[in-house]
Amino acid sequence: MDKIIIRIDGAEIKGKPGQTIMQAADDAGIHIPRLCDVEGLEPQGSCRVCTVKVNGRTAASCTQPVADGMEVENDTLEIRNYRRDLVRMLFHEGNHLCPCCEASGRCELQNLAYQLGILQPDKYPYLQPVRPVDASHPDVMLDTNRCIRCGRCIRASIQLDHKNVFGYIGRGINKQVGVNGKNLAQTNVDIHDKAVALGTCPVGCIIQKRAGFFDPIGKRRFDLHPAGTKVEDS
Amino acid sequence: MSKTRVIEIEPITRVEGHGKVTIHLDDHNNVREARLHVVEFRGFERFICGRPYWEVPVIVQRLCGICPVSHHLAASKAMDMVVGAKRLTPTAEKIRRLMHYGQIMQSHVLHFFHLCSPDLLFGFGSAPESRNVLGIIEKMPELAVQAVMMRKFGQEIIKATAGKKIHGTGSVPGGVSKNLSIEERDVFLRDIDQMKKWVRSALDIAKKYTLENLDAVRAFATFNSSHLSLVREDGALDLYNGNLRAIDAGGNIIFDQVDSRQYNDYIMEEVKSWSYMKFPFIKSRGHIDGWYRVGPLSRMNTCGFIDTPEAGKALQEFKSLTNGNPNHMTLAYHWSRMIETLHCVENIEKLLNDPDLQGTDLLVRGDRAEEGIGVIEAPRGTLFHHFKVNENDQVTFCNLIVSTTNNNEAMNRAIRNVAQEHISVKPKITEGMLNHVEVAVRSYDPCLSCATHAIGKMPMEIEMYGPEGNLVDRKGQYL
Ligand code: SF4
Ligand code: SF4
Ligand code: FES
Repeated sequence: MDKIIIRIDGAEIKGKPGQTIMQAADDAGIHIPRLCDVEGLEPQGSCRVCTVKVNGRTAASCTQPVADGMEVENDTLEIRNYRRDLVRMLFHEGNHLCPCCEASGRCELQNLAYQLGILQPDKYPYLQPVRPVDASHPDVMLDTNRCIRCGRCIRASIQLDHKNVFGYIGRGINKQVGVNGKNLAQTNVDIHDKAVALGTCPVGCIIQKRAGFFDPIGKRRFDLHPAGTKVEDS
Repeated sequence: MSKTRVIEIEPITRVEGHGKVTIHLDDHNNVREARLHVVEFRGFERFICGRPYWEVPVIVQRLCGICPVSHHLAASKAMDMVVGAKRLTPTAEKIRRLMHYGQIMQSHVLHFFHLCSPDLLFGFGSAPESRNVLGIIEKMPELAVQAVMMRKFGQEIIKATAGKKIHGTGSVPGGVSKNLSIEERDVFLRDIDQMKKWVRSALDIAKKYTLENLDAVRAFATFNSSHLSLVREDGALDLYNGNLRAIDAGGNIIFDQVDSRQYNDYIMEEVKSWSYMKFPFIKSRGHIDGWYRVGPLSRMNTCGFIDTPEAGKALQEFKSLTNGNPNHMTLAYHWSRMIETLHCVENIEKLLNDPDLQGTDLLVRGDRAEEGIGVIEAPRGTLFHHFKVNENDQVTFCNLIVSTTNNNEAMNRAIRNVAQEHISVKPKITEGMLNHVEVAVRSYDPCLSCATHAIGKMPMEIEMYGPEGNLVDRKGQYL
């Protein structure tokens, strides 16, 4: 079957075989929020921020293939509330001080919070974990206080750089990103690797040294082009 | 053994923690000592360790809600040293100066109108219910509007240069991240004449008050002290950059043209068990006599002249009051503050007309260093930032001497002075005592007053203890 018709929030759109719901929505100009998914990398389906309801059941739109006749709910109060809670939890699990963070203004997590109308995440207690900063490498720094375990760096290193610099360590709530070596300086990471390129890490965890705050407020990525279309109501 | 009574005056700040005043009386109800206790966020010096150096100018602003720009710039200056930027590009230096003048303007205006003008215009013995900014709004609405507009002007300058009114990011190690566009500039140029006019009239209020009430001003918390500030190489007032100069109570130079990066050789800090604030003192004079004052009054005393015409003239008038000798009157801080505000507005005008502000050469780099020291004249006085940075670009050491800390001993003296006048031989707490202690502390515009800026009230509580430590009286206001 090469003609797939699905409906997202009642609007009929066309999909292609092999496409995910998210890809079909993107083609149709319908925004579905995302964090672990990024163009150019295999989808991983772990952050669940792209959750939609397909025929009444929740699914990650970045991994769910389109099928003819699907009824997808995306921009509904129920789904927005799911997403809000997921995003809030990411703030509470890490240590995020946006006003002092060089990713501010280009951070996808922060931008998503704004889109969802979360100005002060205060629903849950802050866990305030003790997380390491790896500044050993001359050009790249890893500040895991801000890591949201989206795995984009891990996939980019494997799929695009054909290296294996990043990986997860620990389990459950203690799971975090680590490096294959004693520290970053001991790996074969290079400043030109895709894994550490601006935009691979959606937050301010992997940063290129000595370049922070060079983009003035007003000229940063999301100052110019806020992703998504609107700040949703609570 | 003679016993000591303790009177506690507790200004409770609602935002930044908690300060209190204790006044210690002896058996005969004479004031033996007065102490202002300020709980500062001292954990900061440890918290910053491990962070990358380029984050410091941004993060350090969290120290203070009212003069974050001063911290932003002092830390940037320190980090200029770390990245080896010996001399900034003209555009970078001028943008930073513009930001700084905007900041001092808005801070001084806020202090003058919200906190001190009610005291000056209504008299600080007047009823506390109307002796606040609400009273000003009611009785002198025009003045209140001017204050709001002037403050806004300063804040908009901060926004145009730093990116945001608070917690901006415009200043970075080695320079700035943006220049000032022609459009941004023109908005300010349109209003500058009006600002000058209003600041002139504010200066007039402060000057008139001082001259018309000279006896009272002289009698109120006046005490001899040394003074310290940065001055330019030629001795002119310079709020952004310069070398350290200290003078004694008689106006004699203690040291002059000291490279501020050598502050450690000239200034030491004493830690006292009862206060979180450190007590800095001038090394050569020892910890007993080495204390000094900083801030607007001190700057008027240390500098030889002001290089902008109107403020320059105003300074001469100011200095002629004491025949060129240092002015030690605590209440003269207000007049000084307005002279500086005029100086800032004049400088802002000069800068706005300077095409360098539209330059595109924003950053310089040189040989990387492991240590950075940045000193600046913040609205409340000299501010020292000192950092060490390891080869991984992480901060390993941080020492800050904030303006209010420099005035620590002076504020204690001012309180003691006022307390001696108003409560000696009177073991009861009076309204007058509350008011006068409040006015004395407020003259120094200590950071703890930030919580009171909103409505211009300083919440205070006094507790008086008898010789056995028993509570004999208690009084408070705005609690
Ligand atoms: S990584 Fe993003 S969300 Fe976290 S502190 Fe930085 S800007 Fe804020
Ligand atoms: S370091 Fe960045 S890219 Fe890697 S898992 Fe953490 S947040 Fe994702
Ligand atoms: S974007 Fe789909 S699960 Fe993360």
